[in-house]
Amino acid sequence: MHIKRAKDFKAGLIFIFFGIGSAAFSGTYQIGTSARMGPGYFPFVLGGVLAGLGLVIVLRSLSRGEGMRKARSFRAKPVVLVLSSVVLFGLLLRPLGLIFSTVILIIVSSMASDEFKKKEAILNAFVLLAIVLIIFVYFLKFQIPVWPSFLTGRI
Amino acid sequence: MELLSNLALGFQTAISPLNLFYCFLGVLIGTLIGVLPGIGPVQTIAILLPATFALPPVTALIMLAGIYYGAQYGGSTTSILVNVPGEASSVVTCMDGYQMALQGRAGAALTIAALGSFVAGCFATLLLAVLAIPLSEVAFKFGPAEYFSLMVFGLIGSIVFASGSVIKAVGMVVLGLILGMVGTDITSGTHRFSFGIPELADGIGFVPLAMGLFGISEIIKSLERKEKREVLKSKIMGFWMSKKEIRAAAPAVARGTLTGSLLGILPGGGVILASFISYMLEKRISRDPQSFGKGNIRGVAAPESANNAASQTCFVPLLTLGIPSNVILAMMAGAMIIHGIQPGPRVISSNPELFWGVIVSMWVGNLMLVILNLPLIGVWVKLLSVPYRLLYPAILLFCCIGIYSVNNNTFDIGLTAFFGLLGYTFAKLECEPAPLILGFVLGPMMEENLRRGMLLSRGDPSVFFTRPLSLAFLLMAFAMLIVIALPAIRRKREDAFHEEG
Repeated sequence: MHIKRAKDFKAGLIFIFFGIGSAAFSGTYQIGTSARMGPGYFPFVLGGVLAGLGLVIVLRSLSRGEGMRKARSFRAKPVVLVLSSVVLFGLLLRPLGLIFSTVILIIVSSMASDEFKKKEAILNAFVLLAIVLIIFVYFLKFQIPVWPSFLTGRI
Repeated sequence: MELLSNLALGFQTAISPLNLFYCFLGVLIGTLIGVLPGIGPVQTIAILLPATFALPPVTALIMLAGIYYGAQYGGSTTSILVNVPGEASSVVTCMDGYQMALQGRAGAALTIAALGSFVAGCFATLLLAVLAIPLSEVAFKFGPAEYFSLMVFGLIGSIVFASGSVIKAVGMVVLGLILGMVGTDITSGTHRFSFGIPELADGIGFVPLAMGLFGISEIIKSLERKEKREVLKSKIMGFWMSKKEIRAAAPAVARGTLTGSLLGILPGGGVILASFISYMLEKRISRDPQSFGKGNIRGVAAPESANNAASQTCFVPLLTLGIPSNVILAMMAGAMIIHGIQPGPRVISSNPELFWGVIVSMWVGNLMLVILNLPLIGVWVKLLSVPYRLLYPAILLFCCIGIYSVNNNTFDIGLTAFFGLLGYTFAKLECEPAPLILGFVLGPMMEENLRRGMLLSRGDPSVFFTRPLSLAFLLMAFAMLIVIALPAIRRKREDAFHEEG
């Protein structure tokens, strides 16, 4: 089997995955009748439609298309570093507070760039930290933990 | 003259010192983020939304609206001076604007962009004021069937105006609708798709979804490309246009304003399409189409007027029918709900000072932009020399803090990362995220109206086809689908988006 349009093929698979997932979970909720729709009715129908669309896209990607198009080069570094800097910030904000999580977010995310320079990233982190503390904590008074919880004793 | 007294009420609201200040702040921030590529009005409004909680609702909306149309101005400045569109809507402006700058006419290009936008803004404000009352009266006649069909029409519209494959755009809409179902079902109280996670019981937050799909994935995409930006070194000479330029630009501004106003009102349409179509129109009717792309002032005047007109008239469906027609308007709808105002036909009668105040503030804001922008261009250009490697960590940080502060929970930050990954994957697979967001916003409303409509008709689906207004919307939606499926038009649409991207 030769897949002529890899992008459509994969997009179709994602749609089928979400469609079947939606329909399957909706089945566990009350479906109801068309006059009295239960919570499962609309998502069940939508899931079916999405899976159907996905199937059509997959089938079309197998038969039609202008030959193999070379996929653009994929680079793992930006994806992994940017996403993990965000996840880390989310995980560390409560236990470590805004100050430490900000510095970690800036340094980890800066490493994603090809032009990463260590000193510059650290400097950037502290400048941004100052801005954030002034704007969000001092002026806008956001309810956000600033210091680590083991210092403040709050969780 | 009801219109005049309404506008007078609006003026009173808009020129109160507090509102004037936040309007100014809004357009200033808007211009700033418009200048910077990689951060747009969607992320900015999401970040600043929690900061507006303390403000009165009118003031908050005036500021958020200011960010939106201010960004259109800022975007054009970078298009002209650096050939980097600060916003998607100013992509077209690059073609002739940058050429004018190379020929030493940067000042004239900036002036016509600002003045054209101002003229368009004035016209769109008036149009909004004239259309609002009759449209909202029509909206009162809407039953669930009409609302459902109108939303179908809007969603199909977002498919038509999305680039790339139509069937994938349909899939994105349906996926958006499904994501909108997550959370507690309002009728039965059942938790749907929440997988036992308490944070999901209230549904997926709009802010994490929008920030992930647009903000984070955009940053990753920019880091993959190796882009070089060159700031125009030469001085910007003379802001005045020659007589010849004025004569060429004036009719282009008028045409751009009309095109933009019309396309802005259409659901799913909006700013990007408006600027693009008006550019094509200018090129089509020009006696000298060869000169476009080589510094023709009409190629700047028309799209700049159009995108500004559209960015204002697209408030019409939101304020009169309660239906946001694009992503940013969906954010505005979210802001209104957070401030306790349900967008829809009732806004005009229940909060007249809010409605007219916001409309008039757009005119005031446009005036500020003209005054603000021309002298500040030097500052904006300098800002562009901040390298992206310093800028994007800052954007990520503001995103994260903004997301956390909406609900004070860290789960949403993780959710944003998840949608960032999803958005990046979809971008790689050439699936556009805009239809997904619109589906997500309209999903719960659509389900509610479908259920009510079917309950009233005792399960007979023909109700959607027998009520004339409902049938009209469905027919229009169907016609749009047929039109884009026609081979000739499909090819043109692909060309259009190809040039744009």
